[in-house]
Amino acid sequence: MNAPTNLNESQVPAQLRERLVVIGNGMAGCRAVEEILARDAGRFDITIFGAEPRVNYNRIMLSPVLAGEKAFDDIVINPMAWYEDNAITLVSGDPVVSIDRATQTVVAKSGRVEPYDRLLIATGSDPFIIPVPGKDLEGVVTFRDLDDVDKMLAAAEAGQQNGGGHAVVIGGGLLGLEAAHGLNLRGMTVTVIHLMPTLMERQLDEAAGWLLKAELERRGQQILTGANTKEIIGKDGKVAGVRLEDGREIPADIVVMAVGIRPATGLAKSAGLEVERGIMVDDHMVTSDPAVLAVGECVQHRGACYGLVAPLWDMCRALADAACGVPSGYEGSVTSTKLKVSGIDLFSAGDFSGGDGAEDIVMRDAARGVYKRVVVKDDRLVGAVLYGDTADGSWYFDLLKKGEDVSSIREALIFGQAFASGGALADPNAAVAALSDDAEICGCNGVTKGKVVDTIKAGACSLDAVRATCKASASCGSCTGLVESLLALTLGDEVQQGARTLCKCTSFGHDDVRRLIREKSLKALPQVFQELHWSTPEGCASCRPALNYYLLCEWPGEYEDDQRSRFVNERMHANIQKDGTYSVVPRMWGGLTNPRELRAIADVVEKFNAPMVKVTGGQRLDIFGIKKEDLPAVWADLNAAGMVSGHAYGKSLRTVKTCVGSEWCRFGTQDSTGLGVKLERMTWGSWMPHKFKIAVSGCPRNCAEATIKDFGVVCVDSGYELHVGGNGGIHVRATDLLCKVSTEQEAMDVCAAFVQLYREQAWYLERTAPWIERVGLEYVKKALLDSEQSVPVLAARFRYSQQFMQDDPWAERAAGKHAELHQHLAEVRPLQLETL
Amino acid sequence: MIGDWLDIGPVDQIAPGTARTLPVRGGEEIAVFHTTHGEFFALVNKCPHKHGPLSQGIVHGTVVTCPLHSWNISLKTGEAQGEDKGCVPTIPLRVDAGRIYLLRSAVVGAKAPEPQAA
Ligand code: SRM
Ligand SMILES: Cc1cc2nc3c(=O)[nH]c(=O)nc-3n(C[C@H](O)[C@H](O)[C@H](O)COP(=O)(O)OP(=O)(O)OC[C@H]3O[C@@H](n4cnc5c(N)ncnc54)[C@H](O)[C@@H]3O)c2cc1C
Ligand code: SF4
Ligand code: FES
Repeated sequence: MNAPTNLNESQVPAQLRERLVVIGNGMAGCRAVEEILARDAGRFDITIFGAEPRVNYNRIMLSPVLAGEKAFDDIVINPMAWYEDNAITLVSGDPVVSIDRATQTVVAKSGRVEPYDRLLIATGSDPFIIPVPGKDLEGVVTFRDLDDVDKMLAAAEAGQQNGGGHAVVIGGGLLGLEAAHGLNLRGMTVTVIHLMPTLMERQLDEAAGWLLKAELERRGQQILTGANTKEIIGKDGKVAGVRLEDGREIPADIVVMAVGIRPATGLAKSAGLEVERGIMVDDHMVTSDPAVLAVGECVQHRGACYGLVAPLWDMCRALADAACGVPSGYEGSVTSTKLKVSGIDLFSAGDFSGGDGAEDIVMRDAARGVYKRVVVKDDRLVGAVLYGDTADGSWYFDLLKKGEDVSSIREALIFGQAFASGGALADPNAAVAALSDDAEICGCNGVTKGKVVDTIKAGACSLDAVRATCKASASCGSCTGLVESLLALTLGDEVQQGARTLCKCTSFGHDDVRRLIREKSLKALPQVFQELHWSTPEGCASCRPALNYYLLCEWPGEYEDDQRSRFVNERMHANIQKDGTYSVVPRMWGGLTNPRELRAIADVVEKFNAPMVKVTGGQRLDIFGIKKEDLPAVWADLNAAGMVSGHAYGKSLRTVKTCVGSEWCRFGTQDSTGLGVKLERMTWGSWMPHKFKIAVSGCPRNCAEATIKDFGVVCVDSGYELHVGGNGGIHVRATDLLCKVSTEQEAMDVCAAFVQLYREQAWYLERTAPWIERVGLEYVKKALLDSEQSVPVLAARFRYSQQFMQDDPWAERAAGKHAELHQHLAEVRPLQLETL
Repeated sequence: MIGDWLDIGPVDQIAPGTARTLPVRGGEEIAVFHTTHGEFFALVNKCPHKHGPLSQGIVHGTVVTCPLHSWNISLKTGEAQGEDKGCVPTIPLRVDAGRIYLLRSAVVGAKAPEPQAA
């Protein structure tokens, strides 16, 4: 024992000791007492009040108790003997109900009055209950103390007798997931409802959150992210299910609310102590009243409130130092998180929000299910997220807390302590040079170092060339760094940069990414990032829209569009203008219109004070200057007249221009207007690599300018000439003639097949003209025309995917979907402000 | 204390990775951002370049890309990133018990800088 003063138990007569009263028999309260006893056992006459009817136990171990890995006896920290040996009076099962600072007494629920010289408030936190209907039903529980665990165990038991039992956990944070895991192990069918799109979003980034979700789903839990609880449904006063905002209902025998905690400050507040989010304390854990101390989750120190135990230990040390006359001072804590779910290794610490000069270093190993990310700013480690392999967690945490300069080990940082502190090995090239010739480089394709080096020596001078010849790093890409090191070691400066990669987040090009999405059945953005070893945590503004499109194209009807990966125009279904207003272009099929449509447009222009309406170069009308708040109402009016979105904003089908054709024109050979309308009806709503324009001219005079369109039809006496790859934009390019057909149906089929070929093979943001220049007209002809099967097969794939695309986005919005995109939060009126 | 802070409603009214707007009569419209990591920020809703509505941009990390000409603006400082120069005022914000509060004096007093010529 390190006694800081010369007083000790024998020297201070009991009646002269200061009376210390502790409110809260939990982790912080008891640890503070332990720390005081260790410094000066005879200083205080101690009484501890506890609301719970039991001795002090390790609250964080309630999760293993629920999971059946531990019993209550295993998690007791201080048994009754501890209180007796230290002459502590424990008043358990009797909460303190008021504090009178004037008389320095506390009153308990039983009426017991206890005077104090020093008071320590350690009341912890209260679980937050979301204020939905049904929250007070029997069977709605929180996860904070042993009684809660007992209730969950009882529900699991009852479930066992009725062949199962359903548990719903609201909240996919640390506590909620530990509760869900325990209940799952106890045999219940578990559904987790989480408001945010990512599990544990405070501790994990999107990538790690996705891996966690996938693993929990594999274990049979149902995880609903982005799900908002509307109400808890009851039957006979007992919980029966949960209804979500979107109408879904999930059956439940028990509902665990684990949406967060709030510092328990009620007592302190009514005693007139200074309270913000928590009870305000200084660096010695003293509140606004010098006789009153506070510690644990209930306090706010230098603006921060904590929900983990590590900071509490530091607080307790500072508290005891000061209380025993040797003040040291608490300066706040950096925290790290682990999840106590067996078989899931996860660690996070610090700030990993990125941006603002912070740099991400990411390493992924898809085969082992590993994701590691460290964030470096100004040569210091500021954050770390580890999933699947957390061996280096404490090393990173240490670097982070010490704020050490990591520039000298930066290259090797992500590989962990063993590698980074390995001297010469800290240079990845040196480490690769040290490998033996039969060391395996590419696990997927079983390629050794010797084989890769031979391939390079035989003339493969770029990453792509190595991939193409010996297959190393051609599958998952995790060994790309090794292959690049071997290229550098073998060739020095002569390494050739390969074909363009999709963006700086990956070493793969567009074609490889598309192929791998198909081969590996990748169906979500975070899955692509993980399986293809993306070097950034969540992609960038270039790859996100591209991947979103590739997934949408590959898995029609299955993949759920990611709105956050879309540019504002595609998110708002209108074109943003320089003053922040929008322009609205309704579809006019084949350039045709009628009085009803024109009247509706005229009415909209007047009703919403649109400053301009203009005929576009695409044969339709553009209404300018619409405010984002008014868009849904504008669309509702246009919908009512039968008009749908013209997608003038999208990487999608734009317009189908037509001329009057055989119906009126003296030179017309076929019904070009009618065919244009049919083509537009077939192709509208389809998402594409870039925008796509079609035109149909009734004769070779070509009044619809069909030979500068992505797909152009020129009607002739004997049928239809089909043209592709034209562009009237930045680099004008006349179309190439693809083929000639004799019926309208054939023209439609070839159009559908061509569009699908383009959709499946072009790179994102590549229009048909540069695409055809790249792959060659012959390639396109071969793909479409060599086999009789090609056109029908491609056209069928296009028509299948169109089933899911041809819902008018405006109708959904006008009906109220995504209203939050259009409405303001509220309006602030300064006058009203003054009276608040 | 509470009088200094203006309660603008619950956190779940702004989906993560997006922003929503708060017009101020006689003042500058404010954009309130919610990042994918659950942080909140408030800025005057005008890009320092040519007053593009920042609330409509793509949010990545703690940066928003302006929808008009793709300047990147820090949500933490309002500062343009990289080569671009300019700064938009930020409004002090705090979250308490699931609700968002803005510093009242900053809400009423915010002024956008003049748009830039180039
Ligand atoms: C409204 C319209 C001009 C007009 O008043 O006529 C227009 C307006 C814009 N065009 Fe266009 N283009 C319009 C017809 C054209 C045409 C003519 C045509 O379609 O017959 C062309 C040349 C033909 C072509 O695309 O091959 C055309 C070639 C472009 C290009 C260059 C494309 C290229 O591949 O080189 C761009 C830039 C781009 O897409 O990246 C562009 C981009 C734009 C954008 C979207 C610029 C932008 O990103 O904000 C303009 C949006 C204004 C707005 O807010 O509404 N616009 N644009 C026309 C709308 C047609 C429609 O009904 O949907
Ligand atoms: C299931 C679970 C798992 C957790 N896992 C982890 C983890 O893995 N890692 C981690 O760092 N942290 C974890 N935590 C958090 C950790 O348990 C808390 O940070 C810690 O217990 C806080 O200590 P405290 O003393 O401030 O509050 P508590 O431990 O809650 O103690 C407060 C005590 O005060 C009592 N009390 C309240 N009001 C009164 C009153 N008026 N009169 C008398 N008594 C009163 C309460 O009943 C309670 O017993 C977990 C928490 C839970 C619930
Ligand atoms: S040509 Fe097109 S992009 Fe250029 S100013 Fe006109 S509308 Fe805008
Ligand atoms: S107005 Fe924002 S980038 Fe130009």
